[in-house]
Amino acid sequence: MSRFRLSLSALMLSLVAGAALADATLLNASYDVARDVYKDYNPAFQKYWKAKSGESIELKQSHGGSTKQVRAVADGLEADVVTMNQANDIEFLAEKGLVAKDWAKKFPNNASPYTSAMVFIVRKGNPKAIKDWSDVAAPGVQMIIPHPKNTGNGRNTYLSAWAWALKQPGGNDAKAQEFLGKLLKNAPLFAAGGRDATTTFMQRKMGDVLITFESEAEMIAKEFGKGEFEVVYPSLTMQTEFPVALVEKVVDKKGTRKQATAYLEYLWSKEGQENAAQNYLRPRDAELLKKYAANFPPVKTFTVDDVFGSANKAFAAHFKDGGSFDQIYASK
Amino acid sequence: MSAKTHRVLPGFGLALGYTLVYLSILILLPLGGMILKASELGFGQIIDIALGERSLAAFRVTFGASFLAAAINAFFGLIVAWILVRYPFPGKRFVDALVDLPFALPTAVAGITLATLYAGNGWLGQYLEPLGIKVAYTPLGIVFALTFITLPFVVRTLQPVIEDIETEVEEAAASLGASRWQIFVKVIFPAIFPALLTGFALAFARAVGEYGSVIFIAGNLPLISEITPLLIISKLEQYDVLGATALAVVMLGLSFILLLSVNLLQWWAANRHRNSEPLEVAAAKASGVTA
Repeated sequence: MSRFRLSLSALMLSLVAGAALADATLLNASYDVARDVYKDYNPAFQKYWKAKSGESIELKQSHGGSTKQVRAVADGLEADVVTMNQANDIEFLAEKGLVAKDWAKKFPNNASPYTSAMVFIVRKGNPKAIKDWSDVAAPGVQMIIPHPKNTGNGRNTYLSAWAWALKQPGGNDAKAQEFLGKLLKNAPLFAAGGRDATTTFMQRKMGDVLITFESEAEMIAKEFGKGEFEVVYPSLTMQTEFPVALVEKVVDKKGTRKQATAYLEYLWSKEGQENAAQNYLRPRDAELLKKYAANFPPVKTFTVDDVFGSANKAFAAHFKDGGSFDQIYASK
Repeated sequence: MSAKTHRVLPGFGLALGYTLVYLSILILLPLGGMILKASELGFGQIIDIALGERSLAAFRVTFGASFLAAAINAFFGLIVAWILVRYPFPGKRFVDALVDLPFALPTAVAGITLATLYAGNGWLGQYLEPLGIKVAYTPLGIVFALTFITLPFVVRTLQPVIEDIETEVEEAAASLGASRWQIFVKVIFPAIFPALLTGFALAFARAVGEYGSVIFIAGNLPLISEITPLLIISKLEQYDVLGATALAVVMLGLSFILLLSVNLLQWWAANRHRNSEPLEVAAAKASGVTA
């Protein structure tokens, strides 16, 4: 018994000692494919923070579906910062009182350090001549996207097409819904998630066009080779944001406000912006955007706030039960 | 005149207490919490959610595909179990181990693998598609995935029961003049039927709740190939925890009713078999000799 107690206390001691090695520990709750972004960003910040404050900092990552992650934070996952790919997920935390109500104004650029755009991936040579949203909705074309109701990626595509339809001559909500109905008829399936859609299109060779993030195109090139596909930029598409926020309740409790704020601010530094650009996410920094211009051709984009008022409003109108997506499928 | 009855096995009180606590913490507590949460909605609202067009379609797909998958496995699983118990052949242990693989494989991996196999350009899909049989991204794909996932339940339930049937009983029936078909129908099948039902029920229950493998092969089109667990996820995406709970409770209720009926059927079958027909009697009857 005493031997057991001895080893137990030894274990506790080693745990305490392990924690004491770092002056502070931050947990970043993030979306699924952000792994690559933070893999290089975290060591860079550790170096920067050590040089600036003398503190060594331990950084932990938690990745998962964006909505699942914020629900975990709301249920008590002690994340100091959340770095997400949908504004409405952070809004959810703001409603719960975990994040400041004006979180979007706490950092520059709507609190989104980098952006991406929804693009078309077509087969080599673009055999179906898909140039714009109207071509995707044409009869005989098959479109591969993740489920618009259940994934951020699918929702972005849906809203991009809706915004494009609104901007056509005589465009209004009724016409946009009609257009979406035509577009969705061309979906032979709704993939489980973004990567599943990519696999279905690239590996199982289903469909004529895959609609996904611009940053995903590079992943596809790495995995399947550049010669297999082409990227097509439609005449109008969504600028997708990746908002970040401080989890006020957690940083106050842990006393990590200073470190957590610096961690997020550093995303806008030259190093942070360059890291984003190297991961094929469009940096906010104009100079860097120019430096990596080959990766980021000009594209006409809209933001959700411009066209739909806010991410929450867009979600309520289109993806809640009974929203426009459900109406399209109910009228069939 | 002690009122206390003495049992042959000691420690009944302790064991029962332990059983109840264990079951309560493991099963009753989470399920109770779920039902409590759902009760925040009125009964009418829960019914409204359950009877929505998409919910109804999803229930049909989920329960229909699960029933089919369990039925397919009840038939083919029985054959597999029979072969594995009764016939010695080289590599038997290896085949026996194969049966458990669907248990061990992460279900998402199973779903992705099956989708790749049965897609239009997959190893199997490329031969099926010209015949007009589409598996991946159709409700048929859901049945395939569920059949894969639930195979071990039927086989592993049947194996020990088949092992218990002594060949002497069959020999006795044969020596009394029963045909092979009579032996199967009147001697073997009644003995394994309760276990077959258990295997079927386990497979069915597992299939109804399956999510990971199905979403990768289903295609997830509203009203066509959406399963109820996907609708629950969809509600959670909307932060609609109550709606998700309501669907879950309805699903739980339906599953409970179905499992209960299977259990009753099994109890009835087992009792009828035990009370009226010991194997020897059945053997005699099968051969037409009255005992």
